[in-house]
Amino acid sequence: MATEISKRPNSLFRNLNAKIASIPMILTALVVFVGGTVWTVVYSFTNSRLLPRLQFVGLDQYERLWSTPRWLASIENLMIYGVLSLIFSLTIGFVLAALLDQKIRFESAFRTIILYPFALSFIVTGLVWQWLLNPDFGVQHFVRGLGWESFTFNPLYDQSIVIYGILIAALWQGTGLVMCLMLAGLRGIDEDIWKAARIDGIPMWKTYLFIVIPMMRPVFVTTLVIIASGIVRVYDLVVAQTSGGPGHASEVPAKYVYDYMFSAQNLGQGFAASTMMLLTVLIVVVPWAYLEFGGRNKRG
Amino acid sequence: MRLRFLAAALASVSFTSLASATDLEVTHWWTSGGEAAAVAEFAKAFDATGNKWVDGAIAGGGNTARPVFISRITGGDPMAATQFNHGRQAEELVQAGLMRDFTELAEKEGWKNFVRPVSLLDGCTVDGKIYCVPINIHSWQWLWLSHKAFADAGVPVPKNWDEFVAAAPALEKAGIVPLAIGGQPWQRTGAFNVLIPAIAGKETFLKVYQDKDEAVAAGPEIAKVFKAADDARRMAANSNVQDWNQATNLVITGKAGGQIMGDWAQGEFQVAGQVAGKDYSCLPGLGVNELISVGGDAFYFPKLKDEEKTKAQETLASVMLSAPTQVAFNLKKGSVPVRGDVDLAAANDCMKKGLDILAKGNTIPDPPRLNTEDTNNQLNDLFVEFFATPSMTPEDAQKRYADIIAKAD
Repeated sequence: MATEISKRPNSLFRNLNAKIASIPMILTALVVFVGGTVWTVVYSFTNSRLLPRLQFVGLDQYERLWSTPRWLASIENLMIYGVLSLIFSLTIGFVLAALLDQKIRFESAFRTIILYPFALSFIVTGLVWQWLLNPDFGVQHFVRGLGWESFTFNPLYDQSIVIYGILIAALWQGTGLVMCLMLAGLRGIDEDIWKAARIDGIPMWKTYLFIVIPMMRPVFVTTLVIIASGIVRVYDLVVAQTSGGPGHASEVPAKYVYDYMFSAQNLGQGFAASTMMLLTVLIVVVPWAYLEFGGRNKRG
Repeated sequence: MRLRFLAAALASVSFTSLASATDLEVTHWWTSGGEAAAVAEFAKAFDATGNKWVDGAIAGGGNTARPVFISRITGGDPMAATQFNHGRQAEELVQAGLMRDFTELAEKEGWKNFVRPVSLLDGCTVDGKIYCVPINIHSWQWLWLSHKAFADAGVPVPKNWDEFVAAAPALEKAGIVPLAIGGQPWQRTGAFNVLIPAIAGKETFLKVYQDKDEAVAAGPEIAKVFKAADDARRMAANSNVQDWNQATNLVITGKAGGQIMGDWAQGEFQVAGQVAGKDYSCLPGLGVNELISVGGDAFYFPKLKDEEKTKAQETLASVMLSAPTQVAFNLKKGSVPVRGDVDLAAANDCMKKGLDILAKGNTIPDPPRLNTEDTNNQLNDLFVEFFATPSMTPEDAQKRYADIIAKAD
């Protein structure tokens, strides 16, 4: 017991330089991230309007939030958008990466082309796709010009499918990155595994599905976190493409937060909404972190 | 006392003439053709005093610009002067002591004597002190009609809202959008707020927005307004534009029959070289109830540390209110000057109608003066949904409307 206590200071002072060097970052993380989060959560229980003030009103802001049709529509849109964008960007990204991994010619040219949209901001992406999907200038106009007079492709002006119009733009922009991550993962797989699989006569698709993908688990986890955080904060794409319209058919939670915090001058309501967003992220991240890191500790 | 007044006046005069060029950044959201022409008049007048107007226009309308203004002021990087609609938009900034008190200058120049109606100054007053400079009177209650559109459709230009609704099928047959409403949320709420006094009268309007009377908001009078809004929704179904001036442009070019929009639309007609009464008509109060709301724009002056700029703020305030600037600015903007003592011989047909109604005192307060931005935003959310969702019944919408009014403060 006594020896253990006397040992502890040693481990504390080990790598002292590195620890001192990381103090600024630790402070930033604590004050800016944790502090800001706590501050936001606390003020979400107040009736702050334009300026923050500490007059607590209990759960009023949350009650109002969950009885607002626009917020409910935002949540529903985010669900649809999130699930579909997760499935599609992972599938398309992986398939593209697998195709590129076949030792094809001009691989780097294809890689650059597919990754290129990622270099554009969401605002530019949104504007480009707003034009492409505009019935008077874009795809619909072009196809009608070719002779199909009754062709209709009008997602941004149709309430029931507008969210898919946004999804298309998001996939166009983000799939390239997923592909690159996947490609890096595929390159990390030992050649010998492929050779072994070939000797055993396992068809290629089975090798991918049952051997390679399970081995790429860390890459998938990283990709998942990157995509998921992108989904929750989606804002600029919607603003550029539809500004939430028609009606509330493409509203998203981040836009609700912005509008109520700044344009409606109701900080309390905006904080309540952003706290709900934080909660959503935690619900996703905490079980994952527990599985990922908690499990490793047990093993080690 | 007299002497001191005189000395102060002299000091300010001599200051104005001696002033070395001080740059003042002025932020506003005036970016359409007519608006830009009007704001150039302010810049010209201010530059003539030897100072320099640094234009800080923010495109995208008030809802986009106000958050930028506010975060700059609260974030410690204030501009020298900024536009707001006077009333409750800047209320909390004033209460937090971030805005400059102009009571002294107002008393010295006697703003109370020439600003008309005096209620405009009330919108600038918090706890008996004046915090802003009203610069124009805008009213929302106008229906703008394109003569070309009605000629193309072969029907006479309507004289009131009901005739307009009746003429809609003929317009549609000719391939003309009957009513142009842009996609910006405030345009929809604005149109509805215009329908209230026109259809249900001044009393109802005041009961709902001033007294926040939930029973009236849920009652039969407002139900009639929602019926009219339902008509408007059908008539505006095909107007695929975003900004208000694009919608106005549809009316100017005869692609749309009419638009419910404030008198600032007049600036656009003017820039396009159209003549009131010949190329377009304007119906105040939708031709039903000749009432106009007294709202408008005002400039607020954040507290600054730089002394020279602080002095130049005063110069700017007096320039904005001076008679020649008022006339030049408002003629371009399509609004009515805040001074009762200026000559408006140059005013056109529509503006004269507005002045007449103003002189008769048929006015109502502007909704932004009665509602907080929070309430206005909730109304925006409701009407965005209502106008974009044909399946939403007027009854459902009214229920939610009454709910918002009940919770408003």
